Amino acid sequence: MGVAVDLATLAHSPDVPAAEDLARCVHCGLCLENCPTYLATGQETESPRGRIHLIQALQEGRISATQNYALHIDRCLVCRACEAVCPSGVPFGRIMEAARADLSVRRELTPASRLAGWLVFKKLLPNRRRLRALATALRWYQRAGLQALVRASGLVDALPPTIRQMERSMPRLPNRFFEPAGQFLPATCDRRYRIGFFAGCVMPYAYGPVHDATIRVLRRLGCDVIVPRAQACCGALNVHGGERTMSRQLARRNVRAFLDLDVDCVIVNSAGCGSTLKEYAELLAADELWRQRAQRFGSIVRDVNEFVAAQPFQPGLGPVRRRATFQESCHLAHAQRINAQPRAILEAIPGLELVDMAHPDNCCGSAGIYSFTQPELSNALLETKMNEIRATSADLIITANPGCMLQLAAGLSKSGMHGEVRHLIEVLDWSYQAGGSVPRA
Amino acid sequence: MAVAECADLGQRLIELLGEDAVLHQPEDVIVYEYDYGLDRAVPQAVVFPRSAAEVVAVVKLARELDLPVVPRGAGTGISGGAIAVQGGIVIALARMKRILDIDLANRAAVVEPGVVNLNISKAVEPYGLFFAPDPSSQKACTIGGNVANNAGGPHCLALGTTTNHVLGLEIVTAEGEIVALGGVAPERPGYDLTGFVVGSEGTVGIVTKVFVKLLPKPAAVKTLLAIFDSVDQASASVSGIIGRGIIPSALELMDQLALRAVEAAFHAGYPPDAGAVLLVEVDGLAESVAEQSAAVEHVCRDNGARDVRLAKTDEARARLWAARKGAASAMGRIAPNYYLHDTVIARTRLPEVLARVVEIGERHRLPIANLFHAGDGNLHPMILFDIREQGILERVMEAGREILQTSVEAGGTISGEHGIGVEKNRFMPWIFSQADLDVMARARDAFDPSRRCNPGKVFPIPSACHDTSSRPRARLGRVAASHPDLWV
Repeated sequence: MGVAVDLATLAHSPDVPAAEDLARCVHCGLCLENCPTYLATGQETESPRGRIHLIQALQEGRISATQNYALHIDRCLVCRACEAVCPSGVPFGRIMEAARADLSVRRELTPASRLAGWLVFKKLLPNRRRLRALATALRWYQRAGLQALVRASGLVDALPPTIRQMERSMPRLPNRFFEPAGQFLPATCDRRYRIGFFAGCVMPYAYGPVHDATIRVLRRLGCDVIVPRAQACCGALNVHGGERTMSRQLARRNVRAFLDLDVDCVIVNSAGCGSTLKEYAELLAADELWRQRAQRFGSIVRDVNEFVAAQPFQPGLGPVRRRATFQESCHLAHAQRINAQPRAILEAIPGLELVDMAHPDNCCGSAGIYSFTQPELSNALLETKMNEIRATSADLIITANPGCMLQLAAGLSKSGMHGEVRHLIEVLDWSYQAGGSVPRA
Repeated sequence: MAVAECADLGQRLIELLGEDAVLHQPEDVIVYEYDYGLDRAVPQAVVFPRSAAEVVAVVKLARELDLPVVPRGAGTGISGGAIAVQGGIVIALARMKRILDIDLANRAAVVEPGVVNLNISKAVEPYGLFFAPDPSSQKACTIGGNVANNAGGPHCLALGTTTNHVLGLEIVTAEGEIVALGGVAPERPGYDLTGFVVGSEGTVGIVTKVFVKLLPKPAAVKTLLAIFDSVDQASASVSGIIGRGIIPSALELMDQLALRAVEAAFHAGYPPDAGAVLLVEVDGLAESVAEQSAAVEHVCRDNGARDVRLAKTDEARARLWAARKGAASAMGRIAPNYYLHDTVIARTRLPEVLARVVEIGERHRLPIANLFHAGDGNLHPMILFDIREQGILERVMEAGREILQTSVEAGGTISGEHGIGVEKNRFMPWIFSQADLDVMARARDAFDPSRRCNPGKVFPIPSACHDTSSRPRARLGRVAASHPDLWV
């Protein structure tokens, strides 16, 4: 039978969900209450178990890749909360990423979405020069008063919904962008590590100061920091969107850029990037040599929270007198299972009053480009999240991923709430500065 | 039903409930073909009502079109109770998930059927109260499903099953009437119809409101883990503990195969090399708890326990329980498929019946893991298999049938807490006479004379009751045969 033959030949391709991975799901349903889209809709079609069943049904030829099928697959946040609670250890992220790659081959896109996908995944994210040009233009748009004009004149409402959503969630771009330019930044106290710093694609422009803070913290903890120029975007957005060709190119570029440096570890402060970097071996599984190199690379990648919490980071912390709440970024908490470390860091900061929201581990609805592709569900999740945050009366929202920062900042302005969103490492950096002995920048 | 009629049904339902509350396309309804059991059946449509009035509207349309209606909570049941074996409309109650009232004076709460079991206890925790039935799926299963199946759980040993904790119900009958049964008042005249509906598996109506009883949390709790080299020693300890007049709040047994999967999944501190463990919980006043836990430890050591550990912190306790409750779901780590059984026997006969279960597994060359509520003799043998192996399903079904037969022969019964559903209705004549079944059917007919509420469940289907093995083979075998390498 046709389907069986197709599957047999593709059985070991990472671009089709593996039968063995799908077989792990025993459809017990213990994932349901951890799935933000199931909680929002009550529909099995929007649950991890349901999506696995749909993916399996498609692979078996029982259903076809209709718009409805695509909708259920597209609506997954890939927050991987289900994966973290699954007793049978179903590798849901891997299944969903492969299902999206498979779907991208099967589905008929409108010329407009095909063009948008090509622009973003192939031309923009992988190319730092173009990203910087765009960021510079956007910064000019904000600074020259054009943004104010567009918003005040109501012109913003005339924009297509996706663009409008992007316009609204755009952060105020910083005066200084961060450029990976082969910098070598020596440790500001006894040197203990030689580390490579992963900059990412959006972070340097949207959140350059977070990078500066991260590097200050790392140098203070005894790291010689190297920021290789040859690094690239991690490819997470491509992988989540089902785009594999460019993802693999990016993966190989990064593996090469960092393995050549001979560093003790590669530090990343974006949870989404970190999770993707650690899983390059799966992406490159088809080529044994590259798989091995990616495995070696993945084994030295550390999220900055993971790294800092393992160091004697406490001496020199000064007070940060704020009432704060912590949003656990999904790709930190669920995909990388880094739960205790960020809290350990925050709890060590004197004066910081940490108030938990009801569900700090539920997705905020950012999920990469989800807030643009599924604005309705994304906004529903964000609204729930902002209500939980309001209940904490915290005015400092701490998280560990640029997507979450963008989304929560948009949530603050939409709901008219007072406060600010910061990366955890920025707060740690404040604490060190308050503690006095600030290392030379 | 023809495709055109299906589309028409979808349209009619959308007119009633709105676009976002109806699924009727093939690639939507296909995910409602399962629950946690092995059976599969695709409904024609799925609706998501938000109120009893909307349930009434759907039920009336179903009556007009003469279609079955099948209530569904979270779909975590194991007996196929929530699947539409005769087609029709699945009424998914997941959006009716409000806690309507917490009545502290009467220690009761009024909840909608889609409320998740654990969320009731979470909501009343600030008042020092909890909802007692605690099925292993409690973090996902709904109260409506608990009512339908009269669900139990580890702690029903001392506290009883769902029926002991439901004070009243509101149901919508297949005729579209809204009926109130029972209520918060402690004594009520007339028939105990609440008791009748609890455990009726959706065959008499759709539950739209549940009045639940809340209990005060015990003053003190101790949780012990007794580690044995053999299942025999553990089961002897069970009889020993109960024989000494101790009724622990929970008394759970896990054998080695189960322990292996559980420890791989949860790292909760279960010894994967042990032959068996008992998880024993005692609660009450501090002095009596200390006394009881000492006695439990003594009995276990007398019966050859290699070690008896006490959970020192709440966190350790929580981890032990999280692992126990996720245990069945962790079996995916050691086998792609398993058939989870649910039988009850007198606990004095545990060693003998467990030995028979081992023998059945060996004879059919099927590994069987055991994790069960030992205190009330509620066995959960799990037959592990890989459905892709040719002809294995026949062996699994036959082994399952023999396990049930063994339990019945030992004076036990065919289901403890998972329900009969479509999984075991053919075995009902083993434990009920024709007269018993007739009276039950007449009682059902009083609520649902047209028999459109969850048809094909509980009662044996006349043509199938003589053939005990062909039905499941036909259901699963059809899919397996057309995709020999794929159906997993």
